[in-house]
Amino acid sequence: MTKQKLVIIGNGMAPGRMLEHLFDLAPDAFDVTIFNAEPRVNYDRIMLSPVLSGEKSFDDIVIHDDAWYAARNIALHKGHKVVAVDRDARTVTSAGGITAAYDKLVVATGSNPFIIPVPGHTLPGVLAYRDLDDVEGMTRAAAAGGRAVVIGGGLLGLEAAAGLKAQGMDVTVLHLMPTLMERQLDPAAGYLLQKELESRGIEVICGANTKAIHGQDKVEQVELEDGTLIDASLVVMAVGIRPNTQLARDAGLEVQRGIVTDTAMRTSDPDIFSVGECVEVDGRVYGLVAPLYQMAKVAATHLSGASDTAFAHAETPTKLKVTGVNLYSVGEFGDGPGFEDIVLRDANRGTYKRIILKNNKVIGTVLYGDVADGTWYNEFLKSGEDVSALRDTLIFGQARQGTGTADPLAAIANLSDDAEICGCNGICKGTIVNAIRDKGLSTLAEVRAHTKASASCGTCTGLVEGVMALTLGDQFAKKAEGMCGCTDLGHGDVRRLIVAKGLKSIPAVMQELEWKTSGGCAKCRPALNYYLLSDWPGEYRDDQQSRFINERVHANIQKDGTYSVVPRMWGGMTSSDELRAIADVVDKFNIPDVKVTGGQRIDLLGVRKEDLPAVWEDLNKAGMVSGHAYAKGLRTVKTCVGSTWCRFGTQDSTGLGIKLEKFLWGSWTPAKVKLAVTGCPRNCAEATCKDIGVICVDSGYQIVYGGAAGLHIQGTTELGTVKTEEEVIEIAGAMTQMYREQGFYLERIYKWAERVGYDTVKAAILDDLDSRRAYYERFVHSQKFSQSDPWSERVSGVDKHEFKPLAVFGDAPATIVTEPAE
Amino acid sequence: MNAISRDTAIDWRHVGTIDDIPAQGARCVRNGAMTIAVFRTADDRIFALEDKCPHRNGPLSQGIVHDGCVTCPLHNWVISLETGAAQGADEGRTASFPIRLDGRDIYLNLTA
Repeated sequence: MTKQKLVIIGNGMAPGRMLEHLFDLAPDAFDVTIFNAEPRVNYDRIMLSPVLSGEKSFDDIVIHDDAWYAARNIALHKGHKVVAVDRDARTVTSAGGITAAYDKLVVATGSNPFIIPVPGHTLPGVLAYRDLDDVEGMTRAAAAGGRAVVIGGGLLGLEAAAGLKAQGMDVTVLHLMPTLMERQLDPAAGYLLQKELESRGIEVICGANTKAIHGQDKVEQVELEDGTLIDASLVVMAVGIRPNTQLARDAGLEVQRGIVTDTAMRTSDPDIFSVGECVEVDGRVYGLVAPLYQMAKVAATHLSGASDTAFAHAETPTKLKVTGVNLYSVGEFGDGPGFEDIVLRDANRGTYKRIILKNNKVIGTVLYGDVADGTWYNEFLKSGEDVSALRDTLIFGQARQGTGTADPLAAIANLSDDAEICGCNGICKGTIVNAIRDKGLSTLAEVRAHTKASASCGTCTGLVEGVMALTLGDQFAKKAEGMCGCTDLGHGDVRRLIVAKGLKSIPAVMQELEWKTSGGCAKCRPALNYYLLSDWPGEYRDDQQSRFINERVHANIQKDGTYSVVPRMWGGMTSSDELRAIADVVDKFNIPDVKVTGGQRIDLLGVRKEDLPAVWEDLNKAGMVSGHAYAKGLRTVKTCVGSTWCRFGTQDSTGLGIKLEKFLWGSWTPAKVKLAVTGCPRNCAEATCKDIGVICVDSGYQIVYGGAAGLHIQGTTELGTVKTEEEVIEIAGAMTQMYREQGFYLERIYKWAERVGYDTVKAAILDDLDSRRAYYERFVHSQKFSQSDPWSERVSGVDKHEFKPLAVFGDAPATIVTEPAE
Repeated sequence: MNAISRDTAIDWRHVGTIDDIPAQGARCVRNGAMTIAVFRTADDRIFALEDKCPHRNGPLSQGIVHDGCVTCPLHNWVISLETGAAQGADEGRTASFPIRLDGRDIYLNLTA
């Protein structure tokens, strides 16, 4: 059977989802061609806000990468805007001159942002908030600083405002209506939201009517109707969207507010379908993702053959994707005949809950602060169940219904199988449970991949995890553990939030991320100290009391409470002067044992803590510095003698090892880092089991990484081969920095690379030169604050208290104060 | 009533001030062959324990201080600063000593 030709105009989330369904239902039915006006693949547009705030990168929000299209033989024309549809010839033509013939056509041209045509609206510095280009424009503006004025206090405008604030700008939100998000929130919740945003330093002006935007060559000021002038270096218009219907109109399709379709998503031409924000179905147009995904599913089933599925309107709950702001609204919340309210407020906690009833049925709810029961109320709304029996306790939530338990899992357990868990994707509890059981899923990532639950905006992640916990029992509980007993957040979440929320001290992290203990524990404090040190170089002050003793006193504690001391021997090279100095120190301080380590240096074992500063002072005088044998940081760079002496040596492996060690030493990393440079593939320096290894060959340097030779043994993975020492050094610095920024505390490089993917590391460090350079430069910057010898610092008096007893009794009696006991 | 009995008299020894100890840290007091660790918590409470973990004699003074406990640097046992008892599933107890704060001065009782 010959395949039919399917052409899609637009590559947003709706057609992307439609294709997924279509390839599931009828993988061989169509040859697919896509024209995308944006020069990129399909990405999750609703996650632009976390990209703007810096909580996610573009790569994180890609839905279909290039490989996805390639695997399905889809011709994707990126950056090609379709300018004409010829319905008689059944072809479409792009501005770039590409013409494609179709049997079936899907128009998914989405929507355009509405720009208020006030004077000055075309000045540079006025942006909409619609696609990645807008986000990049905002990020660039934010880097220059100044004040951003966001016009529009709806969902998008507020997410933009929070993102720009997170990027360090001063932000003013102008909103025409008296309260924020008036289409989704009642005035009470709008007030709480405004208070919350103001407490974060975002200025909010409601009832503000923009009169003009002023500026010479770019935006400088915004003027309101009442004459108020506000300085601005950036203006973001987020006042609404309009279906993009021009192409359909030109093609002679029926268009009203949007492109008119029937409930099968068919336009007035039976071979042309339409999905997404450009559609008007049953007199309604949509802007939230859940109904768009429903359109995608309906269109796919009709394209794949006879089907009686039909699009049906449903109320979509609203959530705001601003970290730390919890609000939920769905259905009706205005005043109307027969509407009854149940309201619960807690001013101290800043929570507000309101359920709107009519004829004893839930018709709407607005929740602020405590949104846990949103899904439950939405179930009543959808089912139309009579709630008179529950009415007295309804507002207190599902956990307070008779069982008397506040266990959040119990609430999820009580949800029916057709209760919706993921609003964006319309995934109900039963679907998730079945997928977990039938496909043996055990991680959140797998559940997202198979069901799409929590794969879009992510606000239902907790619910999905709850369903997983109930289905998998203990098997899941282990995986969901937080970084320690003090928090339910994992290392990844904590790292992300430290950066996103600009948290710069351990108390700030504990307060903002709601630590369950007052001062953390011995597991989380060292991890937080590292994350802060890594994320805010030069700003964060190292908290000595949150370090393990070895890093606090720059020596390794032994079983009897004495310490071992390892001076650095760059690249494993030493000299008679150094060896003589070491011998003198051993004699002078009666050091019991001297051992040669596996890292090509010398370990002095059994040094008394009080003697450490004096030992270091003598070693410093001979030119030796701390070897960081105790550190989650660079330990050694092991080398062979290379081309200087060895008859097989191809390059100066010793010299390169020394250069690497001098470049990398002193930086703190998630776990220890060991390198080796070996002069030929005979591998005498054992580079193939190191965190990063370099194997010299005639033509250059082969770089390998992710080896392990401890409890776990594993050979390295090849990164690639480069020609010069400079490239090796740049790559080693860049990889160390990527690991520093992404690694979980105590996670070695091989585990980190397994977690994020060896391909990801390779792409960022070897293939993408800009990315490599950026990591390298951040590493160089951070090294400015870390390359000072901790031993000489302590010889000169830093942390004196560490090395001296507070008081000594026995031989030298102290003053005795005697007083009576009670 | 107000006669001082020798048996109940306590020798309070001045060992230093609270400023000599970092918050969430410890310093050692040597008393003959014994070492006593003096701890200061984040909220400026002071505790004294023998500097020996009940597990393998690790120096508790070198551990991380958190929430009224110290984690031993050798094998991560968690010891209560108030009682000297091992927390969680571990069993054992380190000797604790009466200690008091008078203004910023620390007095330790070595006779206990």
